[in-house]
Amino acid sequence: MTYSLREALVAFRRAPLLAGVSAAMIALSLFVIGLFGIVAYNIRKVIEGVEARVEVVAYLRDDASPADVLALRHELTGLPAVREVHYVSREEALQVAKDELSEFSAVFGSLESNPLPASLELRLRPNQKGPDVVRAVAQRVAANPAVEEVRYGNEWLDKVFLLRSVAATATGVLGAGFAVVAILIIGAAVRLAIFARREEIAIMQLVGATNWFIRKPFLLEGLITGLLGGSLAALATWLSYNILTSAVFAVVWIPGFWVLCGILAGGALGAVASWIAVRRHLSLA
Amino acid sequence: MIRLLHVTRTYPRTGDAVSDVSLHLHKGEFCFLTGHSGAGKSTVMRLIHMAERPTSGEVRVSGYSSERIRPREIALLRRKIGFCFQDFRLLQDRTAAENVAFALEVTGARRQVIKSKVPRLLAQVGLAAKAEALPTQLSGGEQQRVAMARALIHEPLVVLADEPTGNLDERATRGIFDLLRSINQSGTAVLFATHNLELVRANPGVRVIELDHGRLVYDSAADGVAV
Repeated sequence: MTYSLREALVAFRRAPLLAGVSAAMIALSLFVIGLFGIVAYNIRKVIEGVEARVEVVAYLRDDASPADVLALRHELTGLPAVREVHYVSREEALQVAKDELSEFSAVFGSLESNPLPASLELRLRPNQKGPDVVRAVAQRVAANPAVEEVRYGNEWLDKVFLLRSVAATATGVLGAGFAVVAILIIGAAVRLAIFARREEIAIMQLVGATNWFIRKPFLLEGLITGLLGGSLAALATWLSYNILTSAVFAVVWIPGFWVLCGILAGGALGAVASWIAVRRHLSLA
Repeated sequence: MIRLLHVTRTYPRTGDAVSDVSLHLHKGEFCFLTGHSGAGKSTVMRLIHMAERPTSGEVRVSGYSSERIRPREIALLRRKIGFCFQDFRLLQDRTAAENVAFALEVTGARRQVIKSKVPRLLAQVGLAAKAEALPTQLSGGEQQRVAMARALIHEPLVVLADEPTGNLDERATRGIFDLLRSINQSGTAVLFATHNLELVRANPGVRVIELDHGRLVYDSAADGVAV
């Protein structure tokens, strides 16, 4: 075992409570991020499902001429976000309504004329379904004089996206808050470790150990604390996910890559906290 | 090898600890640095191993200048300097051999090198039989010998001995002094800070530099003043 690793592990034996509190703080901050991560990931999944079904429907004026409709169809087909434009005639619309709403067949049967307008159904490309793109396409369609009305589910689309930004912001703010507290606590732990070893450090400096060599055990201590905290956070998040799924409602578990990033982020957090503490308290001259 | 050029070191609260001191310590030289407590002896030592930088003037040690030296170079410079202090500065939870080995370990030396060098140095300072003793099991003189073995581990150009006999009785003092003389005879320069004037008087052939209130007031070697 190298000198640095041995010294880092000795630090845990010397102050196990402090090391435990440091790891717990990192775990808490990453646990908060983990929980919001699950929320954010599930919202993303919902949005993806919704986006897959997003389409823009342009209801045409009854007096629109076939030439107008054809021109509009050409124009829309040429838009980069549009994958397909499908024309639904008034008769087809009525037929679809009769098929899908069979319980109202008596109503449809008593109609003297067809009240439904013809329409153009636009299907968008998979990566062109964000709210801004959909709105831009809808506005473009609505501007055409042959179009009576445009529907694209704008209200709930905006809400889902708003929910996602709120979840992301809450994750960022709370996670950052806890991360700062974790950095302060790890910093205190490292400062105590430095204090406990101050004579040894003074001798190391005298006999020609480099700054990097002196810092290494403390950085390792922070890194190990952070990785431990990150792993704890992953475990706690996973337990919460299981409880949530079995007791309340089913959600989707976050990808393994996110979990790995979380644990590594814990390690990085610990190392950065140590680096700041060591930099402030150790200098050769 | 060691030059102080018009060096002044001022502290904000206490004023000048060292004031316009110039001296030159040659390769392989033995020199006493005397003066009362607070005369500036320890500050001169700290300036030499660059634990402090001059407020004005320049310190040059073995090709390094206080004006340009970088942190990593300070570490390298200290491998060319051995240290002995009045309070020995040994790690209490390590044996004599471990204390000596520590100086090699923290500079990244290989285990084989450590294994071969440590017993040799403990033998050189007369402590081969006490390699496994903890500092608390050793007398003051023996602890200082451990510190000297540690000081010699990097085969330094100079040993800075800051009151190394301050806590020792007359016999142990003689022993440490003789050991430093023998180290010096093998080519290592020694700067021996002490306020023990009896020891200085008992060795009339040795160069003496005296500090008083931070000023260099006497140098028995004429060329030592005119640097």
